[in-house]
Amino acid sequence: MATAEVRKELFGHAEQTNYLTHSRGFWSWALTLDHKRIGIMYLIGVCAALIIAGVFALWLRTHLFFANGAMAGEQWGILQVNNARYNQLFTLHGAIMVFSFIIPSVPAALGNFVLPMMLGAKDVAFPRLNLASFYLWIIGTGLLCAALASTGLDTGWTFYTPYSIRTTTSVLFATFGAFVLGFSSIFTGINFLVTVNTMRPKGMGWFDMPLFLWALYSTAIIQILATPVLGITLLMLIAERLMGIGIFDPKLGGDPVLFQHFFWFYSHPAVYIMILPAMGVISELISVYSHKKIFGYTFIAFSSVAIALLGFIVWGHHMFTSGQSQVMSLIFSAITFSVAIPSAVKVFNWLATLYKGSILLLTPMCYALSFIFLFGIGGLTGLFLGALSTDIHLHDTYFVVAHFHYVMVGGTLTALLGGLFHWWPKMFGRMYNDFLGRIGCFLVFMGFNLTFFPQFIMGSRGMPRRYATYDPEFEVFHQWSTVGAFVLGIGIVLSFVVLVYAALYGRKVSGNPFGAASLEWQSSSPPSFHNFDHKPIMHDPYDFDALVYDETLDSFVLREFTDPKQVPERHPVSH
Amino acid sequence: MAVAETAHEHHEHHEHGEFIAHHFDTPEQQFDSGKLGIWVFLVTEVLFFSGLFVAYTLWRFHHPEIYEQAHVHLDKYLGALNTIVLLFSSLTIAWGVRSAQLGNNRNVAILTLITMVCAAMFIGVKAVEYSHKWDQGILVRSAFTYTPGHDHHASATMPMAVSLGISDWLLKLSIVPTILLLGFVLASVVTALMQKSLAAKFFAGMAITIGGYFLGAVGGHFYMEATGGGAGGKHAQFQSSAPIVLHADEKAKQADGGHADQGHDSPSHMSAAPLEGQISPQEKQDRDIGIFFSIYYCMTGLHAIHIIGGIAALAWIFYRSLAGHWRPDYFGPVDYVGLYWHLVDLIWIYLFPMLYLID
Amino acid sequence: MTSRLFDLMLAQVVDLPEAEKHADGAHYFFPEQASEFAGRIDNLYMAIFWISTVFFAVIVGLMCYFVVKYRRQPGVRPLPSSSHNTTIEILWSVLPSIILVWIFYEGAAGFFAMRIIPEGAEEIQVEASQFAWTFTYPNGDTTDSLHLVQNRPVKLILRSRDFLHSFYVAAFRQKMDVVPGRYTTAYIVPTRVGKYRVACTEYCGDGHSIMRTYCQVHETAEARLKNTEWKKELHPPSINGQRIFKIYCAGCHNLNGTASTGPALNLIWGKNEDFTDGGSTLVDENYIRDSIYDPNKQIVKGYEPKMPTFKGKLTDKDIDHLIAFIKLKDGMATLTEATAADKPEGATPPASAPAPTTNPPAALPETKTGDADGK
Repeated sequence: MATAEVRKELFGHAEQTNYLTHSRGFWSWALTLDHKRIGIMYLIGVCAALIIAGVFALWLRTHLFFANGAMAGEQWGILQVNNARYNQLFTLHGAIMVFSFIIPSVPAALGNFVLPMMLGAKDVAFPRLNLASFYLWIIGTGLLCAALASTGLDTGWTFYTPYSIRTTTSVLFATFGAFVLGFSSIFTGINFLVTVNTMRPKGMGWFDMPLFLWALYSTAIIQILATPVLGITLLMLIAERLMGIGIFDPKLGGDPVLFQHFFWFYSHPAVYIMILPAMGVISELISVYSHKKIFGYTFIAFSSVAIALLGFIVWGHHMFTSGQSQVMSLIFSAITFSVAIPSAVKVFNWLATLYKGSILLLTPMCYALSFIFLFGIGGLTGLFLGALSTDIHLHDTYFVVAHFHYVMVGGTLTALLGGLFHWWPKMFGRMYNDFLGRIGCFLVFMGFNLTFFPQFIMGSRGMPRRYATYDPEFEVFHQWSTVGAFVLGIGIVLSFVVLVYAALYGRKVSGNPFGAASLEWQSSSPPSFHNFDHKPIMHDPYDFDALVYDETLDSFVLREFTDPKQVPERHPVSH
Repeated sequence: MAVAETAHEHHEHHEHGEFIAHHFDTPEQQFDSGKLGIWVFLVTEVLFFSGLFVAYTLWRFHHPEIYEQAHVHLDKYLGALNTIVLLFSSLTIAWGVRSAQLGNNRNVAILTLITMVCAAMFIGVKAVEYSHKWDQGILVRSAFTYTPGHDHHASATMPMAVSLGISDWLLKLSIVPTILLLGFVLASVVTALMQKSLAAKFFAGMAITIGGYFLGAVGGHFYMEATGGGAGGKHAQFQSSAPIVLHADEKAKQADGGHADQGHDSPSHMSAAPLEGQISPQEKQDRDIGIFFSIYYCMTGLHAIHIIGGIAALAWIFYRSLAGHWRPDYFGPVDYVGLYWHLVDLIWIYLFPMLYLID
Repeated sequence: MTSRLFDLMLAQVVDLPEAEKHADGAHYFFPEQASEFAGRIDNLYMAIFWISTVFFAVIVGLMCYFVVKYRRQPGVRPLPSSSHNTTIEILWSVLPSIILVWIFYEGAAGFFAMRIIPEGAEEIQVEASQFAWTFTYPNGDTTDSLHLVQNRPVKLILRSRDFLHSFYVAAFRQKMDVVPGRYTTAYIVPTRVGKYRVACTEYCGDGHSIMRTYCQVHETAEARLKNTEWKKELHPPSINGQRIFKIYCAGCHNLNGTASTGPALNLIWGKNEDFTDGGSTLVDENYIRDSIYDPNKQIVKGYEPKMPTFKGKLTDKDIDHLIAFIKLKDGMATLTEATAADKPEGATPPASAPAPTTNPPAALPETKTGDADGK
């Protein structure tokens, strides 16, 4: 009898005592040190950033509907777009998306919630640092928005010198904002790295960790090693602008290409900060919804680390046309191709996991499959850009725009949505409408392809990026692209509506509705304040045979728990 | 939760496990986490400075002459003094960590105080060095107005500065420390009268710390007075014009030969661009020394900010030592701040020869 | 074959002047191949395209097949299967690597063919500024659009007057950043007569998207000379002189009759100048030439010996143009393209003139400077 009660506590729906109801009021959230609440706050923040930057994207795509600028006319009022406004739109779209949305999205929002629970821990190693990281995110994003509200920003998100030294727009706000966001990212990285290192429970070796943790660990390494360089680069840019130190300013004898080296030394690894956690999410989803042990665990784990390390020595491939020496271009091109291998290895392993699985096409799995599709295109088009001679032609054209959107949006955004749908029942204890979820996924997938596939063709035909007006030859592609952008926008909004509705009014779910085997599912939904009321039982995170479906609970439970003698000891903290 | 914890920690600090945060299982786990965290943080600090080191190296590689001409403006004796001060402070904090491990809170407090005084003294000497250079127009590249041969004795215009016989800049830099000193003395007296001995001791210690700044500043000032603008200053006035002229000739020769290497991809053109069209090559050459000082100010300025941040962290340790928080099983924060302090010291150990001891 | 079919399929969806393009030798994916190395790059592009397509088709095909075949069905237990296989892991790591090595090799080889510039190529100076291109030919002629001769190799020497720009001609598949403070070069062998787009592909400010011009490839050098567009765009020497004045002289010499660091230049032509050493001379071509190359030999009364030499920076041709400008006297201040009285001097074929020594890139006052001018 007692066993049934314990099982319900373990795997049931937590009615009253969970982290959401633990305490009430504004300050109980604003000053919380609970990683789950910080994760939720991060999630709300990054989604707001996504919406702001997404509106900019739709705005500029509408302008590009006609070759001479669809929104150039007076009748558009405050929405009217001229060249200067257009430059601000793409700059702020890029800056907010990169610094405020994509980089913190999966690690800081999903990772914060999931990482300690996957370790069976009560919190991250440094809860206060975690909260500080969130407030730095708020300050940094606020500064970016302050730039937007004052004179805007028109340097492109890359802040290339000397334009960023001379332009009259508020570069100082924006660079300082990016600087602060960098520290937010560093703090998250330090926290995760230390947590994984010192707080793994007894019995969980490195190779017993879920792959999402490997991905977050690799990401943390990049955040720690690359972000400080961005910090000092932006500080030097600020000093250059304020005082004229002459390091980057050619008028004072400086070298603008040096800035590009510094900038890409961070910003290329930053690409992997964006995509590695996404890959980690996909590894979890594919395995759970195929109900099969992930194929080639070690290879996937090491490929994350390989990508993280190789990612540091390929930054020069952004600069093949910049005037860097030809030998350097050659070396960077060669190393760039070597990064392709670990990425491909992951895709092959995911495919092999599907083989002979038991595949359930729930919304998260639909996102995972569309990730493979979109990341496949994004990765393969990287080959065109890694090869030196074709890159000369394609560099700074729409081909590049399409390529990195396939990786950043088709990869990271898709994985974020997939991960949200996967962990949403755990976060809020309620289930979403799966049919509408899949419709949303379909719209995102179709809209995305419609937006960005035509851009590959435009790019190889020679359409340069960052153009407010363009040759009429490209008009038809731009029109497809604009239509697609709106479909994509509708898909994302629909997904958010489905999720928010579910969190408020959805059907209550048990602790482990999807039959996932990693530790975070050995808690009630939503989890209690201390995550686990009973010490979680350590076992292989991909051993799905250890689970059995319990009809009374409508949940998967560990096989051991069906034996009354195996009732786990109560957790010491739950008094 | 943890907020409540900090509120309690002064009152009942003798029970085992009190300083273990709720999410750690053992004191060892907490200590290891903190230690790993601070080490990783130090890695990010090193990388943060590395950008400046790379800029320094590239410029030195492409324009060694700038460095040869510029470093004579730096006084290596003051630099050496600061190096010794920092090394000594590293010794005291290391000793402090050992004392904390033994649970000797009184020793930790004294040693931390000495470390803070050294740190403030370093800042004081730096203030003398900076103000002296600013008086001479030795600034960053765009504002570099120094011309050799002129008499650059510190010019005081503000009445206060005149009466003290110091430069305006040194006076301005000393405003904040003066306010802090007065504030701490006042706070110490007030809290002593209110019989809050812990706070009174803390504020007195902070006042002594700020005294370190004035020790450095006054000492550095008299050194400058005694040597007529510092040993480096004399050198600068004596030597600087010669190599510059020599170098300008070389440049002119290169110009005669045309820009043979035009179109190359190497970054050898870094400063080959004509800059302000109005100024003569001679003047441009002089101003290029400003690039060295751009890097100098970035590096030493960032380092000074770290020193000031270090003083704040040490003050926290000092306070907790006075409150008697350290025990053989709980001394992590002293260790972490100590590590940070060693890193700040180490960076200076690199900066000193790189900037002051160029030959 | 297949790609042609693909074109036709897409042409149904996309309204393109397909027939016209293909008559021109353009591919669905690319603009015309108008340079020597365009074909090689396109071939590599298509090779990668087909390799990627095959990989992608296999990945997505298998994915869809597995999803259908192994979908979860009530009562059906999944088949047992292994969770690792080192052989297959190594196989699918190594095999794609071989293809990657080939792509890298071919890309690098094509790159060096584009970047290593043989001796004897016609040198054209390209100056980029917000938001226009200026092309200067070996004989000093200057145009706003680029005029090349078919099959004659060209070395473009690029420099910027203000910000980063990038020189891009899609039909040549050639692109190179223009970096303030240093030179970059680009090599082109145009193989097809025609008119092609030139675009700036490095963001440079408000007018970035209007920083476009065209490149005309002529059949022969004579055809280039006879071309009316070219003639119309040739600038008269005085206009070139004005440009040189702005870059090199305007810092110290005024045109409004007032003395600056040096004398006002609109007053000097034909005048007798007195020197500090007591001598005097008439200001003529030789005097101007001498005082530019050896400025401190004789100093005009009332001025300091401050002028640097421009030997090695300005060529004889530059000085000729500068003299033509100075000759205008009071007309100097108001000179525009329209008021320039003298006619273009494009009589000599461009290639026969000696290649000038390059002037270093100049930093002129910019159109959009904020207040960060270092003051």
